[in-house]
Amino acid sequence: MVMIYSDNKKIALELVALGKTLAPNLSGKVYAVTINQPDTVAKDLAAHGADGVHEVTTNITQFKAEEYANLLKDLVTEHKPDLVLIGSTKNGKELAARLAALLDTGCVMDATAVHAQGKTITAERVVYSGNGIAVEQFTSTPAIVSIPPRAAEPLPKNEHHHANIMKKQVTLKEYPSKIQSIQEATSEGIKVEDAEIIVSCGRGLKNKTDIQLVSDLATALKGKTVGCSRPIAADLKWLSEDHWIGLSGHKVKPKLYIACGISGQIQHIAGMRDSGVVVAINKDPDALIFKSADYGIVGDLYQVLPKLTSALKEHSA
Amino acid sequence: MNIVVCAKQVVDVSEIKLDPSTKRPVLTGIAKKISDIDKNAMEEAIKIKEKVTGRITVLTVSTPDAKDRIKELLAMGADEGIVVAAPADSDYATTASLLVAAIKKLGHVDAILCGEASIDLFSGQMGPRVAGLLDIPQLTYATKVTPEKDKVTVERNLGDQTVTETSTYPVLITVTKEINTPRLPSLMQILSSSSKPIKEWKAEELAGGPLTPKIKTVEIKGVPMSRKNIVYQDDLDASINKLICELAKEGVLR
Repeated sequence: MVMIYSDNKKIALELVALGKTLAPNLSGKVYAVTINQPDTVAKDLAAHGADGVHEVTTNITQFKAEEYANLLKDLVTEHKPDLVLIGSTKNGKELAARLAALLDTGCVMDATAVHAQGKTITAERVVYSGNGIAVEQFTSTPAIVSIPPRAAEPLPKNEHHHANIMKKQVTLKEYPSKIQSIQEATSEGIKVEDAEIIVSCGRGLKNKTDIQLVSDLATALKGKTVGCSRPIAADLKWLSEDHWIGLSGHKVKPKLYIACGISGQIQHIAGMRDSGVVVAINKDPDALIFKSADYGIVGDLYQVLPKLTSALKEHSA
Repeated sequence: MNIVVCAKQVVDVSEIKLDPSTKRPVLTGIAKKISDIDKNAMEEAIKIKEKVTGRITVLTVSTPDAKDRIKELLAMGADEGIVVAAPADSDYATTASLLVAAIKKLGHVDAILCGEASIDLFSGQMGPRVAGLLDIPQLTYATKVTPEKDKVTVERNLGDQTVTETSTYPVLITVTKEINTPRLPSLMQILSSSSKPIKEWKAEELAGGPLTPKIKTVEIKGVPMSRKNIVYQDDLDASINKLICELAKEGVLR
């Protein structure tokens, strides 16, 4: 059996679909878990292919890894899944690791692929800053694997799909850690993961206002999405972290990725290596980014971007 | 306050080269260092000590050459170091068990700090695993830590949210790279750190028997990456025209 959980409904639907591809080797069933989520989430999981849903409500209504790990541990101990898939949100990752410790079992984080051959489960993940892919084989049960967003398409909705929704009220042991406040980050609602065209900027930019050059190019390409490397989001804070592409930022796979003034550190490459066509603009002919690009222009972005933008406008006109 | 910083010795990922024929990363002969984010954890531990007083123990599960790396953290401000010899067969689970066994052997510990993840594998399991095995609270992804005598308040970066959370001690905190800038020790600090103790503990004695890994790394594959690497560096207008032409052929212009 495969058990899935994510605090993010979209990822949970994707995990059901992924679980379904693995389940034939693991006695066929995919069970989802919801914790303090509305009834509609359990119903949607069922309509999108889950064979059963444990719809749990608890005394701890906000996500807390300590309490939720104990809850999942009890569910796993009772139902004995072979594989537990958890969505790789920040909440999901700290939950997966803690759960693995409680169950004295293995955990593979941010898996890019999961295989079940017979009952043997292996998972792949990117290691060494994107320089290698580790193939990890589980020697313990259950296998706990955290899965990044968009690993699978949710299965089509079928209102008549039969699934057993098991409602349960659980009182959890409370830990001394208490959430005082939750502040939504200043976000422009940008989802770089969903973008088809991304124009990204890095340390080659001299001023915050020059981001306009980058967004003008994005607009000319009829894409609205601006991305950036770590320094722009994390250190200079010229853009919110929604825009941050890289190993500890977002991982993207647009059809077209244009890197402007980005040196091409391996941490950035790790976030965009799955892009379709990659274009690099950098004044340093030896910049690493050219090794990860299909097309490159060596030149000062302050000259290249305005010209490229107007040439593209002409091209589409 | 007794503070433990868990640190990991890693290969310097920026030095990794790929084998030209297999495209696999070559991991031998590369300089080792303390994982960057663990140095942020060290820096934060020093700040906690400065505010509420205490003693800082640096703990690592590693090969014996980690002693030299641990000296850097002693120079930064840790009071003592412990190197637990890593068993030949190890994984996240065995390492977490050894860290926990060492922490229990230390006796009373109030705060355990780690980096949110190590820069080599970037899995981020160790903090939550250690907290889970000790059954104590975990405050992860900290961007700000405000310690007091009897409790700590932490701002946690969850990407789309900032969560402010408090906890009494004992507590485990994982920090992000953005939380601070680790100090560079002065020459005096480096010299005086040589008198600080580094204990070496044996894994089998600590764990009371052999530990079994729960996952096995079957192989480290190369990452497929084939890019055209066409670079234009002649006249800018000509370069731009050629680029647009190619992008149109690729079908990525709308």
